[in-house]
Amino acid sequence: MPSMALPNLAPAIPEIILAVGAMAMLMLGVFRSGRVSDMINAQAVVVLVLAAAAVILVPGKLLLTFDGVFILDDFARFMKVLTIIGSLVAVVMSIGYFKAEKAMRFEFPILIVLATLGMMMMISANGLIALYMGLELQSLALYVVAAIQRDSARATEAGLKYFVLGALASGMLLYGASLIYGFSGTTEFAGIAAVIAGGGMSLGLIFGIVFLLAGLAFKVSAVPFHMWTPDVYEGAPTPVTAFFAAAPKIAAMAIFVRTMVTAFPAATPEWQQIVVFISIASMALGAFAAIGQTNIKRLMAYSSIGHMGFALVGLASGSLAGVKGVIIYLSIYLAMTAGTFACILAMRRREGAVEEIDELAGLAKRSPMFAFLLAMLMFSLAGIPPLAGFFAKFYVFLAAIEAQLYGLAVLGVLSSVVGAFYYLRIIKIMYFDEPAEAFEPMPGVLRTVLGLSSIVVILFFLIPGPLVAAADFAARSLF
Amino acid sequence: MILAGAFFYLFAGLAVAAAFMVITARNPVHAVLFLILAFFNAAGLFVLMGAEFLAMILVIVYVGAVAVLFLFVVMMLDIDFVELKQGFLQYLPFGALVGAILLIELILVLGSWVISPDIAQHAGAPLAADGVTNTQALGQILYTKYVYFFEAAGMILLVAMIGAIVLTLHHKPAAKRQNIAAQVGRDPKTAIEIRHVEPGQGI
Repeated sequence: MPSMALPNLAPAIPEIILAVGAMAMLMLGVFRSGRVSDMINAQAVVVLVLAAAAVILVPGKLLLTFDGVFILDDFARFMKVLTIIGSLVAVVMSIGYFKAEKAMRFEFPILIVLATLGMMMMISANGLIALYMGLELQSLALYVVAAIQRDSARATEAGLKYFVLGALASGMLLYGASLIYGFSGTTEFAGIAAVIAGGGMSLGLIFGIVFLLAGLAFKVSAVPFHMWTPDVYEGAPTPVTAFFAAAPKIAAMAIFVRTMVTAFPAATPEWQQIVVFISIASMALGAFAAIGQTNIKRLMAYSSIGHMGFALVGLASGSLAGVKGVIIYLSIYLAMTAGTFACILAMRRREGAVEEIDELAGLAKRSPMFAFLLAMLMFSLAGIPPLAGFFAKFYVFLAAIEAQLYGLAVLGVLSSVVGAFYYLRIIKIMYFDEPAEAFEPMPGVLRTVLGLSSIVVILFFLIPGPLVAAADFAARSLF
Repeated sequence: MILAGAFFYLFAGLAVAAAFMVITARNPVHAVLFLILAFFNAAGLFVLMGAEFLAMILVIVYVGAVAVLFLFVVMMLDIDFVELKQGFLQYLPFGALVGAILLIELILVLGSWVISPDIAQHAGAPLAADGVTNTQALGQILYTKYVYFFEAAGMILLVAMIGAIVLTLHHKPAAKRQNIAAQVGRDPKTAIEIRHVEPGQGI
């Protein structure tokens, strides 16, 4: 008979805070009549901050609970804090947008909190069932959030597309998980690793890994499972796009890394070739397909596909240095994305939000500071030194070269050069084209987000130490 | 043992008869009611096998939810079942083929029991020696070892519910809703106005 004692809940305190907080917010939203959106937005921010504090403050080096399916190590802590920052930025930036669009709904912050809960459960997953549960929780919340402006045909279409393709990807992941379970006899990562180390790879396990990778690649929108990204990014409301581009990507990449490194360390040659392929394909597609885009949200979609390709370069090396590179890449990617989307949200005239790249024409003459910071972010996204984006790429390529993946590194650098074209085109439009009509003044919240992210991006090279050390610390807990 | 055998044949016979009526009944509402009867008899068969949890789940989920849903759909949608049934004979050969394949599969499964009788021992899960019923056993494992997944599934269902409401519920300002406190709190002073109307004049 199993023991009746309560499991150790301490490692899951952040998740419990989010779950209870979301339910409390829901009760408030349902039973308080009148306009409660402001209060619930504020509560969502408080709940997320509390959860982040709990992630950092729960004592212990490596905590396992719920029969070993839930793990809280340094890697999980680091990734959870990044994810929560992504969600926080999305909630804070959404308030002004939805007010201006008169589409404020109190469910939005609640769904963001629940999606964050799913992401954190996913990051802490130490087994296939826990992985799937977290993944479904976050995906389901994201499908709803994509279509939250239900009167807009584009948003509804985006939500439906995301849902259908996401359900297909979840099915593939589940099929892979069932194959892995069938051929290894366990769903826990450590158990799977032990089976492979003892008995080697079987054909069934390889099939399982391929399907699992397909499902995970969908969630990080890596080629060839990227098709949903541009349509969903363009159709969803801009703050939702800002959310999609940051937090879910980070969480999915975290579980991608954890699964490969802790469950399949003995099968590295097998999954390495798949990861190398999707990495090269993502970088190349991200670079070439973005060139012809005129909508800035669509452009950012291709840009995020490319960036996930670069982050996967680190994972492809399968080493400590590689995982460290992925962590640094995701941290810097978060800062760059948050800043860029603050700029995109600030592209608003009196008649409404605009999304075409040409609307930025001559921005340097209208608002020089805005243009300068956006230019810095674009340079950073392109990976030009001494901005943060360069260091992000530097660490992943360094790991790839150490792992003797020279072809991958060379192709990565080449696609980075191609990608620089469309980032530089935005700068050219801002600085050298005839000015278009001016935007509304930038709201304070967006200024703050843009300011903070610019500080990280521009000044990272002065003090890279803390982030690199923290990433190293986090990566070590996986090996 | 004889009593159990008698009940088995009662439930099994009724289940088969009810299932037959489901596909032959002309009135779709009757078909759904026969389906419910078939479910009840299947639940009885489960009880005979000592799987009382499955039996209750069958009654609660299939009879309580699924069949009632069917009933709603059948009653709410205006489907012309006579027209639907017109091509019945046309599909008969195909249906018979599927039925025959199913029958062969069932015979194969039962045949394996005849060939090696010790397999039949694995068919029924043994009850725990200390008299733990299977409901209790399921509960013990679901709320201890798998409590995390159980709670996670609960959160997923919560999100599904929020999603369905967010995406479909429209508040109609013109709709009249019940406000029990306000309705009960009415008194003659606020609710009625008494006017004296002169004969031959309107208000």
